[in-house]
Amino acid sequence: MSHIDIGKICEGTASRRSFLGISAASALTLGLTACEGGTQPGEDPDGAGSANVWILTGGMWPVISDSVSRWNEENPDQAISVEEFENDAYKERIRTAVGAGQAPTLVLSWGGGTLADYANNDQIIDLSGATGDLEERLLPSVALNGQVNGTTYAVPVNDVQPVVLFYNRDLFAEHGLEVPETYEDMLAVSDEFQRHDVLPFALAGASVWPELKWIQYLTDRIGGPEAFQAVLDGEPDAWSHPAFMAATTRIQELVEAGAFGDNYASVAADQNADLALVHTGRAAMVLWLSSAYATFRNDAPEFTETSLGWTTFPTVDGGEGDAGNIVGNPANVFSVSAAASEREQNAALGWIGERLYDDTQIEEMIAAGAVPPVQGIADRLAESENGEFLSYSYDLASAAPHFQLSWDQALAPGPAQELLTNLSQVFLMQITPEQFVDNMNATL
Amino acid sequence: MARATQRSEVSGRTAGPPFVMAVPALVFFAVFALVPLGGVVVLSFMEWDGLASPQWAGLAKWEQTLADPVTRRAMWLTFVFTTVSYLFQAPVALLLGVFMAGSQRYRALLSVLYFLPLIFSAAAVGITFQSLLDPNFGLSRAFNSDLLGQNWLGNPDLALFVVVFVVAWCFVPLHSLLYQAGVRQIPAALYEAATLDGAGRLAQFAHITLPQLRYTIITSSTLMLVGSLTYFDLIFVLTGGGPGGATRILPLDMYLNGFRSYDMGQASAVAVILVVVGLALGLMLNRLSGASKMESQQEGL
Repeated sequence: MSHIDIGKICEGTASRRSFLGISAASALTLGLTACEGGTQPGEDPDGAGSANVWILTGGMWPVISDSVSRWNEENPDQAISVEEFENDAYKERIRTAVGAGQAPTLVLSWGGGTLADYANNDQIIDLSGATGDLEERLLPSVALNGQVNGTTYAVPVNDVQPVVLFYNRDLFAEHGLEVPETYEDMLAVSDEFQRHDVLPFALAGASVWPELKWIQYLTDRIGGPEAFQAVLDGEPDAWSHPAFMAATTRIQELVEAGAFGDNYASVAADQNADLALVHTGRAAMVLWLSSAYATFRNDAPEFTETSLGWTTFPTVDGGEGDAGNIVGNPANVFSVSAAASEREQNAALGWIGERLYDDTQIEEMIAAGAVPPVQGIADRLAESENGEFLSYSYDLASAAPHFQLSWDQALAPGPAQELLTNLSQVFLMQITPEQFVDNMNATL
Repeated sequence: MARATQRSEVSGRTAGPPFVMAVPALVFFAVFALVPLGGVVVLSFMEWDGLASPQWAGLAKWEQTLADPVTRRAMWLTFVFTTVSYLFQAPVALLLGVFMAGSQRYRALLSVLYFLPLIFSAAAVGITFQSLLDPNFGLSRAFNSDLLGQNWLGNPDLALFVVVFVVAWCFVPLHSLLYQAGVRQIPAALYEAATLDGAGRLAQFAHITLPQLRYTIITSSTLMLVGSLTYFDLIFVLTGGGPGGATRILPLDMYLNGFRSYDMGQASAVAVILVVVGLALGLMLNRLSGASKMESQQEGL
């Protein structure tokens, strides 16, 4: 009978892991919430009252880790310990940790809805006036992202990532086309490229979030940032703002015109299959975070050198939004946990005030091809190895009247998921713009 | 009980090892399965976002869950996924198992190859198939064939069946292995007798192999049905429930509700539904088949 036991183990673990995993996690955190006020992180005998921070792996995070190490060398009595997490693992872990009063001293988040949740539950502290001169040095459009109802609860930590329209210069030259500047241009260029068997826009629809960039830019160009601000303010029927209807209608117009081809819903962003379409000359344009530049440089250095172009999102005729507005990821942000002891909080605030975006960090970030959200570094960026593109993103971010955080981060988690589901259905032509508006109004 | 004791005095074996030996396993089971299960049942009556303290919501959470169109659709998709998976996997696994049971060399070699998918991790299989099925850079490009360049995972009408296929690719080897072992246990004497009586290959399969495999079929079916009912990891990596919710079966719905929307109450309610349906299904199969009696099929041999 041993073969049956093997069977149970092999298939059983895979399937059982899902529901037992979730139940174990819930029950565990339920237990932890119950003993809130028990062991605080600071009283842990091993931690001996030292501050700690959880950061992510990859990207600009080694730079942050270096910065903390430098702080620790100079301030051994206020040392901050660093732990690294993979992105998804972090997101799942941090929320339960914060909810259970077991958060690290510095709480990393993406701003928006999650930050507001933390602030409203008094799980992070008010940082107004506590971070030295940092606030004056930051780009205003990025610093805003750390505020909840006008109070500063978080400071940015890494690089600015506006969404820009990347394009393949060779393809435009080959077919004698101009880079689109208006929505009408986009439709016209789409037609032309399709006649030459070139995919106009690469889109990783399987990952859904790249579709957000489209609705965000279209809505902003048509109705300005006020439309989505009303949603964030929770005004009743805020999604009925005409800009949302107009944006989703145009999305479906683009889909029907074949601007994204037929197979966009099968393309996933995880392995950069959408960017690969552009640098292999099969697609003409892609709307992506500025971090795509690093991927292009890595995967196709020659193409990046000679043929990669970038521009801002086209305008929409009669639209009210400022053409300088951008969407994207202003930066990740750090908050200070309210559950930490005063000693730990002081260590964290000390590091933020003295070390965050100091000269060394700015230098390391620029060398790594990232743009720190700090004022007055235009010259340093221009002189760097990737000067042309870095200066472009920097100018875009510093001149932007409004920098819209990704909607899925800006909204509370529940509505954010509804948005992603409904948006993918808009792109699949499964629901009409009217249904999109109704479904989203129901989440307010 | 009395008879068992009596017999154990005679043979000294049938009563089995003392109960104490089961205690560690039972404690383990209670701590890591029953206690969390209780926690989930309690949570399913609560409103909890993972941050603030849980609030008692009573039946409201269950009403919300059962009225949610997404969860309702997930129930239907789970039913379709389980049924189609079973109808696809069971015959393939049975035939492959019978084939693998033959003693020829090439069959042994093929068996080893068939077995391979079983040892791959679900995440790796998911990422690999995602790349293979990529309409631009996947199989279609390798073989330069437009036929393979379909919108496999992006077409809402197709995606669920593609997922069924990939999941079957992973699990058919396991079930074939069960059947292979089952077939090899059938006494050769039965086939010899049948051959003497003039039974052909098909008749032998229908009248000897299938009936003799009865318990293997039940075991395999239980694993298949309950397994697909609660299957999660591969689908999560492959489609994440998309496109437009076309592959969002209940286990995914539970996860996304819990760890994306942070609605732990609704996620727990879905978890409870899964546990109840899974247990009921397992129990029902056991009852229907009379497997609990487990009488021998080989009396007189």
